[in-house]
Amino acid sequence: MWQHDIETMPRERIRALQEERFLKTWNHIWDHAPAQRGILRGAGIERGDVTTLADISKLPFTDKKAFTDNYPFGLFAVPKEEIVRLHGTSGTTGKPAMGAYTAGDMAVWKDLIARVCAAAGVTKSDLAQVSFGYGLFTGGFGLHQGLEHMGVCVLPMSSGQTEKQLMMMRDMGATVLISTPSYALYLSEAVREHGIKDRLKLRVGLFGGEGHTPEMAAQIEENLGITATSNYGLCELTGPGVSGDCLIREGMHIAEDHFYAEVIDPDTGAALPEGEMGELVVTPLSREALPLIRYRTKDITRLTYEPCPCGRTHARMAPTLGRSDDMLIIRGVNVFPSQIESVLIRQEHIGPHYLLVVRREGVMDTLEVQVELIDGSVLESYSMLERIRNDIQSKIKDILGLTVKVSLVAPQTIERFMGKARRVKDER
Amino acid sequence: MVIEQISVFVENKQGALSEILAILAEGQVDLRAISIADTSDFGILRMIVPDSNNALALFKAKGVTASKTEVTGCKLPDEPGALYRVLKTLCDAGISVEYIYAFITRRDEDAYVIVRVEDNAKAQDVLRAAGHVIIGPEDVKSL
Ligand SMILES: [Zn+2]
Repeated sequence: MWQHDIETMPRERIRALQEERFLKTWNHIWDHAPAQRGILRGAGIERGDVTTLADISKLPFTDKKAFTDNYPFGLFAVPKEEIVRLHGTSGTTGKPAMGAYTAGDMAVWKDLIARVCAAAGVTKSDLAQVSFGYGLFTGGFGLHQGLEHMGVCVLPMSSGQTEKQLMMMRDMGATVLISTPSYALYLSEAVREHGIKDRLKLRVGLFGGEGHTPEMAAQIEENLGITATSNYGLCELTGPGVSGDCLIREGMHIAEDHFYAEVIDPDTGAALPEGEMGELVVTPLSREALPLIRYRTKDITRLTYEPCPCGRTHARMAPTLGRSDDMLIIRGVNVFPSQIESVLIRQEHIGPHYLLVVRREGVMDTLEVQVELIDGSVLESYSMLERIRNDIQSKIKDILGLTVKVSLVAPQTIERFMGKARRVKDER
Repeated sequence: MVIEQISVFVENKQGALSEILAILAEGQVDLRAISIADTSDFGILRMIVPDSNNALALFKAKGVTASKTEVTGCKLPDEPGALYRVLKTLCDAGISVEYIYAFITRRDEDAYVIVRVEDNAKAQDVLRAAGHVIIGPEDVKSL
């Protein structure tokens, strides 16, 4: 463990530390973050309404809109000269949500990353290939700094240039791969196609920046011969390092000394009890540049406070089922792309990439699932192709109760992603 | 004596078939026989070429889903009823034919067809016994 005493702290001490830091954050916001003060006042809240951590349940949520409304610097709680770094979300439309960091924030972030890496089994003797994009996205620089802080040798590849990635992976003897799961899958397929798995030294992958299904992780593990771990974070909350898998891999440990996590019903906003699936809401507890109150992550997960066999006492969150933003509502049925992915990735004869196309035909919503047919041996008869299609269709129906159209398309026609995947095309 | 057939997956979208044919054209591949059948969603293009390994390699290099299977080739006199007699021979022997298509090339007065059956050896025995002529890879090259 990177910070043993903190990571194994008794739960009551975690709670006491959270309360102390939350109240400090609360005062920091009232003293130094006018825009956030305005949001609180707008909800009828005054500084004196909060005296304990339990009072947090009375407070309004902060959401992405607060970032848009106060773009670029409005939410920040330190003078500009205190800010040493800016990052931003990779939103495809509109302005990014900007994250800011003081030197103190940077120091904490490095430790958060180091914790996640150490929990995944990374040590000083590893060589980590960082195939996250370097730039505004928090993934590349975030992991880079944390790994370097641990003394791990970093190979800063960024994303893209797959052939070169494979060459360096092999020639430098990378033992750790850092990327989005989509890009890891893409790289792992290239490794399989080149037949170079045995010449690689990779042993562990740290995947984040987007969610992925256990089935997809299994596929990456098989292609690369590694242990795949997940980690989680959002630019608005610092970046990666909010939580990450230990090697037990039954939930990602949240750094509770720096983040207070709640799960709410995304429709009503009501807090949900431990173990129930809902939207993750996070209050950072030690941020200087960007303190926030109850930030709605849009990620759907559940929490457990059960002790973990690894010895860490910090709460664990389940792999995110998907962002509530990604959730599609088709004929009244809630559909997460990850649910469909779990069916597709286990299916024989097809590739792991897919595209979901949502259309409105008359008053009906339709969902088309496009997958690549990669196995030539099924071309002997139409009945085999039909069988593959019907099989996928009925498995999806079992899970979602929804009849979808399954289209077989030619290999390499579905777009591949170097960063976060966009697997849904909503034409409604 | 069997002939190798290439099957290619063709997406049902504009230009998909011509992309496949362009690969053959670029590779200077001569087509001896070709058949395409499609449903509303996808098609399978089947073909006989002089060098099937080469054609398969061209497709694989372009990431096209393709496969190779063994089929029976049969020579027919170019006269009415010839194809019927081939099918009847197989049918009478209880052999079911999955599909059949003709060569686009011909030699002298003869026509050639491809017959896809489950058991090539058995079908060929039956056809030979009934006086039909089975063709092999060498015939495909020279046709
Ligand atoms: Zn653990």
